Amino acid sequence: MTDKSHDPNQMTGAAMIVRALIDHGVQHVFGYPGGAVLPIYDEIFQQSEVEHILVRHEQGAGHAAEGYARSTGKPGVVLVTSGPGATNMVTPLTDALMDSIPLVCITGQVPTHLIGNDAFQECDTVGITRPATKHNWLVRDVNDLARVLHEAFYVATTGRPGPVLVDVPKDVQFATGTYHPPRKSDVHISYTPRVKGDATQIRKAVAMLANAKRPVIYSGGGVINSGPEASKLLRQLVEATGFPITSTLMGLGAYPASGPNWLGMLGMHGTYEANMTMHDCDVMLCVGARFDDRITGRVDAFSPGSKKIHIDIDPSSINKNIRVDVPIIGDAGNVLGDLLQVFKAEAKKPDIKAWWQQIAQWRARNSLSYRKNNDIILPQYAIQRLFELTRGKDTYITTEVGQHQMWAAQFFGFEEPHRWMTSGGLGTMGYGLPAAVGVQVAHPDSLVIDIAGDASVQMTIQEMSTAVQFELPIKIFILNNQYMGMVRQWQQLLHGNRLSHSYSEALPDFVKLADAYGCVGLQATKPSDLDGAIKEMISIKRPVLFDCRVAALENCFPMIPSGKAHNEMLLPEEATDEATAKAFSGGKALV
Amino acid sequence: MNQPASAYFLEERHDPNETHTLSVLVQNEPGVLARVIGLFSGRGYNIESLTVSETESQKHLSRITIVTTGTPMVIQQIKHQLDRMIPVYRVVDMTLTGSSIERELAMVKVRGGGDHRVEALRLADAFRARVIDATTESFVFEITGNSSKISQFIDLMRPLGLVEVSRTGVAAITRGPEGM
Repeated sequence: MTDKSHDPNQMTGAAMIVRALIDHGVQHVFGYPGGAVLPIYDEIFQQSEVEHILVRHEQGAGHAAEGYARSTGKPGVVLVTSGPGATNMVTPLTDALMDSIPLVCITGQVPTHLIGNDAFQECDTVGITRPATKHNWLVRDVNDLARVLHEAFYVATTGRPGPVLVDVPKDVQFATGTYHPPRKSDVHISYTPRVKGDATQIRKAVAMLANAKRPVIYSGGGVINSGPEASKLLRQLVEATGFPITSTLMGLGAYPASGPNWLGMLGMHGTYEANMTMHDCDVMLCVGARFDDRITGRVDAFSPGSKKIHIDIDPSSINKNIRVDVPIIGDAGNVLGDLLQVFKAEAKKPDIKAWWQQIAQWRARNSLSYRKNNDIILPQYAIQRLFELTRGKDTYITTEVGQHQMWAAQFFGFEEPHRWMTSGGLGTMGYGLPAAVGVQVAHPDSLVIDIAGDASVQMTIQEMSTAVQFELPIKIFILNNQYMGMVRQWQQLLHGNRLSHSYSEALPDFVKLADAYGCVGLQATKPSDLDGAIKEMISIKRPVLFDCRVAALENCFPMIPSGKAHNEMLLPEEATDEATAKAFSGGKALV
Repeated sequence: MNQPASAYFLEERHDPNETHTLSVLVQNEPGVLARVIGLFSGRGYNIESLTVSETESQKHLSRITIVTTGTPMVIQQIKHQLDRMIPVYRVVDMTLTGSSIERELAMVKVRGGGDHRVEALRLADAFRARVIDATTESFVFEITGNSSKISQFIDLMRPLGLVEVSRTGVAAITRGPEGM
């Protein structure tokens, strides 16, 4: 037998994990130590290439890694312990699965011989996270570890990106085995995501686009996920075709909000012009979006007169909710490149002047208008001011989930991709604050703002402590209306104004809370104070909790009522109590 | 449209259901069957029958045969959802190939005497079922065929003293020289 003691590839499982992270270019890991990952933490302690960000709750690590991934395009890496460490990761993993965010989560597990024994801090991690990940692995042999880790990175970042999990029992972390650097054969041969779109289908799509009278481009998070090149190509396609473009919540920033062809976001709280354009179009080009139920409204009345082209990397997104005429399976950027080339070579800009005139009429309805108020800060106004006062700065926005999220999407204009981090699919309250932590770790000199609600922010408020410890100057801009605003809005609209448990009786004093965490607390209660306070927040180079007291009962419009189609939107000026009651079936009287 | 207060569109589609047989070639690794079954339960798909066994042990390949029902859109979804799982090599819709053979094996225990016993044996002979266990008051028949033939046989055994049935579920393969 040869002496293996000097072979540099002989190492413990714990060392392999850190080595694999380095080999994959990982600079930051978000995590929380515990019994079953101590060997890995010991390795982390003895090196300086990978920086570990200690969170206060594993869910925070997951969302921080999501923010990190979404703002950089690189995978986010999480390290947590067995049992509760793993179960606390279920929410961020599911969130990342729904929004196609590449995450690599490494969990500790009890030693192999104790698995199935109900050991201390044991849970069936791969069983629990199977439907919450793109794929997961339990590694029982240290000699499989390198291959599995490399495969995990590959699966997370290729095809439709998503979260993966590698569960490593403690004895495997201690055991010594052979490491090898990433290589092609580390990947399941059964996993072959398609990147390039079918040329015939692309030709068909171009012919449809060239003959369109009332076209629309509907883009989504897939364009962002595909990388900056895809957004560039999307902009070129809009330029070359002259078509109007709208986007999902996840796709904001792929096309600039200041662009002339921009219609605003579509869907349940999208603009009137975006939804009407979708409803009345004759050709729809969907790029990297998935016809989700917040977008379509009632499916049988969704854009009834249009031919639909759908570009998606995931075949299971095709024809899931809406039947499409020309599916193109491939990476958004790759297909857009081919499509643009064929369009430029074989087609010319169709004349859609009449369509733009129609759109101008819809735009004139000014569906995002709200009544101004000099005494109370309206949440829409607060976002508008935040947007104006951060314009031109290197800004990243995260959000929690609820009314404030929709207002942020409506009133904050995004010019570039990767600047907008929000929980779209899963709708996870508590996402924004830890996500801001992750974004700030990736972009230490940028302005990172979490637009939050008073209810959401409390779900992960403990991560303020992380921000303070790692000197991450995140800004938590809380639109404080003392309600779970979106829950209350639905109770008002759908449940006879019975506000069941949507009011927070005992909110903390956010300014004092900031003080307790060792960060800065600011408050604005009047519109006249707002600009000054926002400027102060921006100028402070420390974490800030900003308590922005806004109108308590403001609701989010426009809105597609439940079970209605795009052309049955409720506009703000129409949203009188009576009209609202009528628009919502059940027709319950509103107080 | 009158739906109760909900932020979701509640009306179901009412396309007619179809029954399809899917052959799924998978890497035989721990948890692969749980993944497939979890997909069906998690997304609310039906499993009418499921058969799984390793078919090529050197390559660690298993073949899962699933009989499922759903609208054409759901069937298409099921195939895509299966296909995108990491350890899945191929999904073939045997029903769409149009020329597949489906077989199932069942063991049927019947207890009784006198005329019933004679009648059971006579029917078993007509269905080409074999007797694989016999006592003075019972038989175990082994029957192979497509699912409807087996169901028919079981129905006929019911009044003749049917005790219990064990069925394997459907296995399917295409006709002709080509593999999947």
